[in-house]
Amino acid sequence: MLRVIVRRLLQLVVTLMALSALIFIWLRNLPGGPVEALLGERATPERRALLTKALGYDQPILVQYGKFMQRVLTGDFGNSIRTGDPVTEVISRAFPATIELALVAMIIAVGLGVPLGYLAARWRGRWPDNLTIAGTLLGISIPIFFLGYLLKDVFTQNIHWFPPSGRLTTGLDNTHVTGFFVLDGLLTREFDASADALWHLILPAITLATIPLAVIVRITRASVLDVLNEDYVRTAEAKGLRHRTIRGRHILRNALLPVVTTIGLQTGALLSGAVLTEKVYNWGGIGTLITDSITGGRDYPVLQAIILLAALVFVVVNLLVDLSYAFIDPRVRVR
Amino acid sequence: MQARRLKAAVAIAAVAALAVGAAGCAKSERDGDSGEAKTGGTFIFAGAGDPKNFDPIFNDDGESFRPVRQMFDTLVSHKPGTAELQGGLAESWEHDPDGKVWTFKLRQGVKFHDGTPFNAAAVCFNFDRWYNMKGAAAQSQMIYYMDTFGGFAKNEAEGAGESIYNKCEAKDDGTAVLTLNKYKGAFPGAFALTSLSIASPEALKKYDANTVKQNGDSFEYSAFATTNPVGTGPFTFGGWDKAKNEITLNRNPDYFGDKAKVDKVIIKIIKDESTRKQELRAGTVQGIDFPAPADRKALEGEGFQVINRPAFNVLYLGLNQKNPKLKDLRVRQAIAYALNRQQLVQTKGPGGAKVADEFMPDTVLGYAPDVQKYEYNPDKAKQLLKDAGAEGLTLNFYYPPDVSRPYMPNPQEIFTVLANDLQAVGIKVNGVPRPWNGGFKDDVQQFGKQDLHILGWTGDYNDPGNFVGTFFGRAKVEFGDQSMTEMFEAITKADATVDDAGKKAAWEQVNRDIAAKWLPAVPLWHAPPAIVVTKDVKGMVASPLTDERFNTVSVGK
Repeated sequence: MLRVIVRRLLQLVVTLMALSALIFIWLRNLPGGPVEALLGERATPERRALLTKALGYDQPILVQYGKFMQRVLTGDFGNSIRTGDPVTEVISRAFPATIELALVAMIIAVGLGVPLGYLAARWRGRWPDNLTIAGTLLGISIPIFFLGYLLKDVFTQNIHWFPPSGRLTTGLDNTHVTGFFVLDGLLTREFDASADALWHLILPAITLATIPLAVIVRITRASVLDVLNEDYVRTAEAKGLRHRTIRGRHILRNALLPVVTTIGLQTGALLSGAVLTEKVYNWGGIGTLITDSITGGRDYPVLQAIILLAALVFVVVNLLVDLSYAFIDPRVRVR
Repeated sequence: MQARRLKAAVAIAAVAALAVGAAGCAKSERDGDSGEAKTGGTFIFAGAGDPKNFDPIFNDDGESFRPVRQMFDTLVSHKPGTAELQGGLAESWEHDPDGKVWTFKLRQGVKFHDGTPFNAAAVCFNFDRWYNMKGAAAQSQMIYYMDTFGGFAKNEAEGAGESIYNKCEAKDDGTAVLTLNKYKGAFPGAFALTSLSIASPEALKKYDANTVKQNGDSFEYSAFATTNPVGTGPFTFGGWDKAKNEITLNRNPDYFGDKAKVDKVIIKIIKDESTRKQELRAGTVQGIDFPAPADRKALEGEGFQVINRPAFNVLYLGLNQKNPKLKDLRVRQAIAYALNRQQLVQTKGPGGAKVADEFMPDTVLGYAPDVQKYEYNPDKAKQLLKDAGAEGLTLNFYYPPDVSRPYMPNPQEIFTVLANDLQAVGIKVNGVPRPWNGGFKDDVQQFGKQDLHILGWTGDYNDPGNFVGTFFGRAKVEFGDQSMTEMFEAITKADATVDDAGKKAAWEQVNRDIAAKWLPAVPLWHAPPAIVVTKDVKGMVASPLTDERFNTVSVGK
């Protein structure tokens, strides 16, 4: 077992090394770059040369990569090219924003998805079921961008119910503790800030929640239908157990297993959806950071760090899944 | 259940908003200035991007300048709403006949935000600081200093030349004397550059302002530049909350000029153009910059104030003489005659745009009223092409569809109109769209792949050299001909002329010759970029140089 883990960890290191080299070279071979972005209209050949040299882009790419790796091994990912903030700081500032948004979106998706899926299954073939299925089709097929702008247009421009963008009303004082604004407000007893942050969360969270919501509804429906036909449900009904007991203990408990798996799978989809949602709502999380770093001047250090981080998460999750299989299924362990 | 929670949240938020509003109203600072029309409150302006930092000398872009302009002053400033010079931190200035020795009479009794007195020693401290700046990283960020002074005490990299800075002496507290090795036409206009703002010597020292650390392929700026910028301006630095994307500036009650009317300015950074517009409509910000031309009418109709800045820019069609056909002046003139620029301005220009006949606005010294104008004349264009044996010409036309610049808000549409005009006289056009920062600028300015392209410029100060000199003062890949030495020399000579009358005459002649003899490009339009504020904002004075100071702004109820 231990040997498997060690071997996988070694593979992980090699994978990340190879990936980092690829990203490094690929980014630098894209047309345009930070030098162009920083100089704008004022890019004379001399200035370009000066800045290229100052940033070290005139050296061979392998030398650049070597220096980059040297720093990364000491935990230094460099600084954002535009503002000079350490990349680690930039990312850790953006991270809570995205997690907060994804979390609320997931709460909406699960909180609405499971009951709706259950209802659809119970009323199979009748109007509540048909309506729900139609809804999920719409939810899955509508582009996030379009939905985001649509919601924003209706609820912030025509009916002023929600703020158009951002995480807090401009000028509202709040103390940053964790970077999760709703939580920070509760911790520091600035309840107005908490409410305000929650208020800003609603539209983007709904936008982000649509796809996982639709998926969860469908999975729940399918798996409740499976369970309904099981013998033990029929037995329970025959025994004359109360409906509530049957629903809770027998149907939902068994039906929710595949749903839980789906929730795990949807987390990845949430993070990619966050890129678009955050763009629409000027959210200031990782999604916004990615867009800004690409369009707003090719911020190599930030991009490299984000991609590596995402890759690391992906690889680690894969590793954990493999290992847990090994725990569950003895046959995997042999090699 | 859901609905009830939502209602509760609405209620909480509403109460919270009221509480915050009330707190805001209840707070009013007491400061010693009586008789000032102070209105209090907060002015929230939407910025379009992150500032780089707040040390004026290391910046060269509008997003960084916006907050810097509120906190710092320059020796020479502009009359509000114009590009005309007036006293700033210096009440007056004069130079010797050679234009090498500049004497500044300074304003008395001014203090920096940290209490350091402003005087001649402080002025010289700043000049010396720039000239003696060390390190390739720091020097590479001093674009405007390099433009005006040409180099450093010790140049860290090629590309910097010989510095024209000689020395700066504090004659007495109120007199600073700057000595240059050589006259330069950019002065005195360049003394008004935001980059050359005067900072507190004490703060510069205390916060280690000269240290720009290189870290791998990026720079780390000092605490002065990031958290403690100290100038003399109408607002002091309150902080940049990067989690909320808000820069807060507080009223400086000791400002020497018109003290700010509002207590606070918040610059909220919103990178998405349509979101800025929505925030304005929702009333969550009170000002946005550079609205799309297509939106202007709508915004005006909704009761917003769309304030046009006097145009201080130019858009041109570049002609690359690397192509032998374009080396023939007749072909270049044919292209100029083929373009219906009047129609371009009317259909695609922002409100208030006008056709450009020269490469600088008419408010700049040396604008010649009598240059050769190329009125729309397709027949003449065809005839010229025929004379030059260039019928059936095919040209690659580069344009950047993904950006919006103040002088070029809609590149795609501009390209379409121009291409149609050219096709109409028998020139075949191959459109080559390239992303602004992903090929366009490289291909056009570094490799010269294009035959035609559209590009432009917003002026930095009132000087013909800043326009015409920037474009045509020397050989550039962009226009592809390295042999137009006659033009380069004429421009160099005009730029070196010290006396105003001679300077004016020399530049006028340059402008006439550019139009009639050289025609390295075709000027298209001058487009006034707009700034939009809500109905209740008063006192916003739009500047042609985007040099808006928010001390005159008040937010009514």
